[in-house]
Amino acid sequence: MLDYKEEGLEPEDLKEMYRTMHLARKLDERMWLLNRAGKLPFVISCQGQEATQVGAGYALDRDVDIISPYYRDLALVTHFGMTAEETMLSAFAKKGDVSSGGKQMPSHFSKKSCNIMTQGSSVTTQLLHAVGASFKFKMDDEKRVALTTLGEGSSNQGDFHEGLNFVGVHDLPFICIIENNDYAISVPRELQYGAEKLSDRALGYGMHGEHIDGNDPIAVYKAVKEARQRAVNGEGGTLIEAMSTRLTAHSSDDDDSYREKEERETMKESDCLIKFRSYILEHGVADEAWFEALEKEAKAVITDATKAAEKAPYPDPEEALTHVYEEVQHG
Amino acid sequence: MAKISYLQAIHQALDYEMGQDESVFVLGEDVGKKGGVFKVTAGLQEKYGALRCLDTPLAESNIVGTSIGAAMMGKRPVAEIQFADYILPATNQILSEAAKIRYRSNNDWNCPIVIRAPFGGGIHGALYHSQSVETIFASTPGLKVVVPSTPADAKGLLISAIRDNDPVLFFEHKKAYRLLKEEVPEGDHTVPIGKADIKREGDDITVITYGLCVNYALQAAERLSKDGYEAEILDLRTIYPLDKESIIKAASKTGKVLLVTEDNLEGSIISEVAAIIAENCLYDLDAPIMRLAGPDVPSMPYAPPMEDFFMINPDKIEAKMKELAEH
Ligand SMILES: Cc1ncc(C[n+]2csc(CCOP(=O)(O)OP(=O)(O)O)c2C)c(N)n1
Repeated sequence: MLDYKEEGLEPEDLKEMYRTMHLARKLDERMWLLNRAGKLPFVISCQGQEATQVGAGYALDRDVDIISPYYRDLALVTHFGMTAEETMLSAFAKKGDVSSGGKQMPSHFSKKSCNIMTQGSSVTTQLLHAVGASFKFKMDDEKRVALTTLGEGSSNQGDFHEGLNFVGVHDLPFICIIENNDYAISVPRELQYGAEKLSDRALGYGMHGEHIDGNDPIAVYKAVKEARQRAVNGEGGTLIEAMSTRLTAHSSDDDDSYREKEERETMKESDCLIKFRSYILEHGVADEAWFEALEKEAKAVITDATKAAEKAPYPDPEEALTHVYEEVQHG
Repeated sequence: MAKISYLQAIHQALDYEMGQDESVFVLGEDVGKKGGVFKVTAGLQEKYGALRCLDTPLAESNIVGTSIGAAMMGKRPVAEIQFADYILPATNQILSEAAKIRYRSNNDWNCPIVIRAPFGGGIHGALYHSQSVETIFASTPGLKVVVPSTPADAKGLLISAIRDNDPVLFFEHKKAYRLLKEEVPEGDHTVPIGKADIKREGDDITVITYGLCVNYALQAAERLSKDGYEAEILDLRTIYPLDKESIIKAASKTGKVLLVTEDNLEGSIISEVAAIIAENCLYDLDAPIMRLAGPDVPSMPYAPPMEDFFMINPDKIEAKMKELAEH
């Protein structure tokens, strides 16, 4: 892992980053438990990708920057202000789900007040929305950036190429992070693309490209911080390929038997949370007692959030008819 | 009031809205320096700058997708698709994204974009420059689909579309661009979206149509009146969501209904109109509903005789009207 001091980070920053990564991981784990207990129909995970997400989020300015995330970005949206209770309300599809009011499956993040754009399920469409936002920032000469994320499989969609080409043409304040976790459901990256590194494509779009260790939150922080600086300086967009590890199956509807047994056994070694924890201990940023307290705190927060969400009412059936157009129309 | 063409009316609407609202900008292929292949946006780049009248790369999904992103950030983009036939690469952004943004975010986000696209045939454009693609979008809640039939409506509906807080598809019949001329109110002229309009009053038969066919139907109605039959002509103007009330009223008034579209017959907008009438007006009808439409072939062919064979014209409408009137 990179040296945090060289990147201008303080011990408090590392603790804050770890806290968010940890909360997202624990929320995710709790949702799997609830799924296996038959209480949640569907879970899709951030597990293993928290370092990329929080490293990136930490390098942005939450007050002004816009994110257009994808379904694995629980840690990123948590950093941007999605609360544990909101995550649980969405998981249970209860009233008060800020992302969609119970209309969408979970992990289709949206929260305007926290600068999180709404997502659909068709992969890569969100990239163009971030590009459009960054075009607005350029038009109005605003010092803001738009960041989007997606998986390596999704980088094959036409919207990816169309959007990055547009960013290159206009040098837009835009950052794209490919969270490359080696699989698109079951299809390994060798069958998804022929390039050695997806970040090399940046050259073809006329922008800066970087290939980084996505399990190192400090490396991601550094890359995104620099990308943000270039963006607000008018120097254009950046494509970052963050090599990550998806620790779970694609979703709760899937088993990952397509992975080799050996791979499944050694995956834990690249767990970004474990690595970051050791780093923090080694550098004397925090001690065991701090981690223990954090563990307790997260558990309490998640238990409260789960209880609140379980207790919350479902949306009324007729809410299925609301918000099709500005004025509500009933059939 | 000045007499201007359908094309000039659309230009005026864009110019007027760009002038009075900073957040309005237009984008599309060749719309800037050239002013659009039909010249609808001519001069706008000189007046408002290269960012507010933007020549985009040749990539339709990007045109619509970035419009959506900019709209979510407070802009009011008016995206031009050079020919409606080429809107298909952007359909995923329109149907899966724009149409669903308000609904899927439970009203947290909305998407005030307008997508303009010239459609229709009769201009020797053959398959890929003549299609009527409106039905692809006209069954998607969340979208509004508008097809103006006159210069005044074109201006008024476009200004309303730009001010609308939801996504609007605006299909302009390219044969109408220079063919149709009339007096159009200057300045702030709006026409409500979602309201059909009676373009001619009559007691004998009702013709329901939209777009260029409205003009053809009006010509046919004038000729038919010499035979002693007066046709009521209802212009749908907004083809999604449909103005059911006006459709029911107009159909019930005469009890004899002819539905006209340049689109292929099967699965077209008028099929839905027929269903609305069948559901609501059965006891008011004095004749079976009649339909006049393009044949069910992929699109309008190139050779003039084949093109004429496909295309709707006043003669074809008049013949059908007469058949219906005499039923
Ligand atoms: C356009 C489209 N095609 C297919 C799917 C179904 N699908 C959902 S996620 C996924 C795999 C995406 O893989 P990748 O982009 O690598 O992201 P990861 O899940 O590995 O993070 C697929 C095929 C979809 N959602 N959208």
